Amino acid sequence: MTEAITPIDEELLAEIANIHGMPNGAFNIRKDGKLVERHSSANIEISTKTDHPGIDIHIKPHTKGETVFIPVIVTQSGLKDVVYNTFYIGEDCDVNIIAGCGIHNSSHAASEHDGIHTFYCGKDSHVRYVEKHYGEGEGTGERILNPVTNVIMEEGSSCEMELVQLRGVTSTVRDTNAELADGAKLVLTEKLLTHDDQTATSNMKVELKGEDSSVQVISRSVAQDRSSQVFNPLVIGEAKCRGHVQCDAILMGQAKVTAIPGIEAASEDAMLVHEAAIGKIAGDQIVKLMTLGLTEEEAEQEILEDFLR
Amino acid sequence: MLKIEDLVFEVPLEHDPSKKKRIIDGLSLEVADDQFVVITGPNGGGKSTLAKLIMGIEQPTSGSIYFDGADITTEPITERARLGIGYGFQQPARFKGMTVKKLLDIAAGKKLPMLACNEYLSKVGLCSASYLTREVDKSLSGGEVKRIEIATILARDPKLAIYDEPEAGIDLWSFDRLTETFRDIHDAQGGHSIVIISHQERIIQLADEVIVLRDGRIDRTGTPEELMPELGFASKGINGCNLSEPLDLHLTEIPTTC
Repeated sequence: MTEAITPIDEELLAEIANIHGMPNGAFNIRKDGKLVERHSSANIEISTKTDHPGIDIHIKPHTKGETVFIPVIVTQSGLKDVVYNTFYIGEDCDVNIIAGCGIHNSSHAASEHDGIHTFYCGKDSHVRYVEKHYGEGEGTGERILNPVTNVIMEEGSSCEMELVQLRGVTSTVRDTNAELADGAKLVLTEKLLTHDDQTATSNMKVELKGEDSSVQVISRSVAQDRSSQVFNPLVIGEAKCRGHVQCDAILMGQAKVTAIPGIEAASEDAMLVHEAAIGKIAGDQIVKLMTLGLTEEEAEQEILEDFLR
Repeated sequence: MLKIEDLVFEVPLEHDPSKKKRIIDGLSLEVADDQFVVITGPNGGGKSTLAKLIMGIEQPTSGSIYFDGADITTEPITERARLGIGYGFQQPARFKGMTVKKLLDIAAGKKLPMLACNEYLSKVGLCSASYLTREVDKSLSGGEVKRIEIATILARDPKLAIYDEPEAGIDLWSFDRLTETFRDIHDAQGGHSIVIISHQERIIQLADEVIVLRDGRIDRTGTPEELMPELGFASKGINGCNLSEPLDLHLTEIPTTC
């Protein structure tokens, strides 16, 4: 134990990873660039990297029904924390991985966390990954999160990734890359809400290399006030494969959203589709909820919550 | 329950905004407790506009609306909803990410038990609990969304329920179930009034009173027995406007190659 957990930390952990107290099973909690507490399980081993800051997570083949928590919190102003986390998931696993980063910045200097996550999904394994990013604090200091997510999927593996950032992050540049082998299946869901003068950029590159591989990219975002967002998902089909990219954004105030969904096919059997829509909340939705007794503000809030659910 | 006095609603003309078109023209009517009223009449007669004025979705140019004795003419939609007015839209809104269960909960103003939700759905002919977890988005058909819309009003159970063409987009089998539901609500005599805008004979037959709206005014009122023959559903069309016979068309002259 190198750092103590304060009430602010507990709130951050509850917000990003929905954990209260120490979780069961394997976990690694990092605060202000240092390890707070770590626990490995019989099937999941967490160890410190020797070349970079960060951890290696080895999940034994055939591990089923286990969950790993690796939340990070930053409460120190002026800190730039860069961390490399690499997951080695064996064959035929079925596991949940809960990551996330919460920043509480009460000062004027910037706090930044750049998490570089790499996943090697073994043959026929199924992985559910949830990453929540959140910022808070009364200070003027920027809260910056620049995550990189790399996913290398072996034959027949499937992966559901949910990347969520709902408030408080001043600026973010997210890079997500994936490579899929034969029969691999990836569902990538990104949910984003920006407000005030925040900026967010999301770049994605998914390479469908194997026969019968498939990807579904679902991006739902809300841009409020004067914030701006740029989406740049690219799906490349190099074999008989299926890819679907869907960007859906709600625009409020003077915000701006740019969506550039891209598809690139290098095989005549690649079936790739993209769609993008940006618009304000529909008036008939608000009126309907008002006829059910909600005020206009409550109706708007309800619509946004469901949209980003 | 509901009293409307000398209601007028005008909209500016599109090509000449200095001139106004009267959609509702000095209309007065009353709906008593436990009364089942069907408003019918030709398209463009002002039926949907009247319903929207009662709910507060549109504001009248002049005139007054009273609900349970209180003047609600300038009350916003939310307040009217809270006082006990409900409205089933002709073309319901869709919501990305909102489940049917959530929408029913919002309508009821509380978390509903699953059993109650299933009951509301079966009353509109949606006989599968799997609908509860579905999202009220484009994945549902027009008829499904329409029936869910009606289910939200059943869940809300307002003192005065207004339905704007509930039959539109609904298949015959579900429609049967729906007319039964309306009749049950009416038979219960629980102090709840129903106003339905409809062209459907079977719905009109359920009414205590039928109001024929034309050019923003009440053309006629009466019981279904009194008005049904005049409405002439079988052949005549309203007001003896007979269907035109096909003109002397020579089918061979119509090009079929396009």
